Amino acid sequence: MNEKDAFAELSSIRDLMERSSKFISLSGLSGILAGMYALAGAGWAYLLLKHHSWFNLGSAYEKEPDILMQLFLIALAVLILSVVTSYWLTMRKAKSRQENVWNPVSKRMLTAIAIPMITGGLFMGILLLKDVYTPIASASLIFYGLALVAGSQYTYDDVKWLGIGEIILGLLALLLPGYGLIFWAIGFGILHIIYGAIMHYKYER
Amino acid sequence: MKDSLEHFDKAFENRIRLQIMSVLAANIGYDFNSLKDLLQITDGNLASHIKALEKEEYISITKSFIGKKPNTQYAITKKGKTAFKKHLQALENLIKQQK
Repeated sequence: MNEKDAFAELSSIRDLMERSSKFISLSGLSGILAGMYALAGAGWAYLLLKHHSWFNLGSAYEKEPDILMQLFLIALAVLILSVVTSYWLTMRKAKSRQENVWNPVSKRMLTAIAIPMITGGLFMGILLLKDVYTPIASASLIFYGLALVAGSQYTYDDVKWLGIGEIILGLLALLLPGYGLIFWAIGFGILHIIYGAIMHYKYER
Repeated sequence: MKDSLEHFDKAFENRIRLQIMSVLAANIGYDFNSLKDLLQITDGNLASHIKALEKEEYISITKSFIGKKPNTQYAITKKGKTAFKKHLQALENLIKQQK
């Protein structure tokens, strides 16, 4: 064995270790699309709430359960659209890379994500039941951010930074109650678009 | 030169065995079918190399069932990890020596 062989062997070992332990079929485009859905949703929600001043948004929900229901449906629609889109794009990318989507790494990644996501979902459900609306925007950003950080150990490091960004925005949203919609638009809209663009630029060109 | 070659593990002379060890070194565990998909080799081929590595006690095997489907998980042993690290070190030394 000469130096070149040893070098080739080492780099193929490194490549395989990386490939077998990271799920890299995530698509940057799905981040951009999810961000756009979120911005559209936030725009729609803004139209619903237009006649309320930003400072009174919290009380607006309580006075008008109808608006609350509509906001909930918008958020749900954005969530479902985003999940379906990223699932579809991820499947497509995995297929083109001849990678099996359902491999040990993607399973571990989903388990890591699921725990903070389900906890967050239940947490927000309980807040709704108790008629406490103000921290909901903050909680959704924080739990989503924690889920991303937890899942990021099985994929690109960039996902961790997206998660940390969401957590910071969530904390700010808690600090500035009443501006939830703006933080939602920044966190789920603008951050996703920036993240998606970076991913696309870095790994898909 | 000869000295560093002695550190090369005979078990890793085969490329596929080295690949299996690389995957198991980077993960807490991996199952048979996923390994097969990843390395793109046949059942029989993978099984024979796994047997060889098991004989060296470099990997451990856990058999279980998921529903009715058998699920066989492989993991690297302490001995395997040490051998794998030694092999990587030997490769690195070889590169350094020739520089």
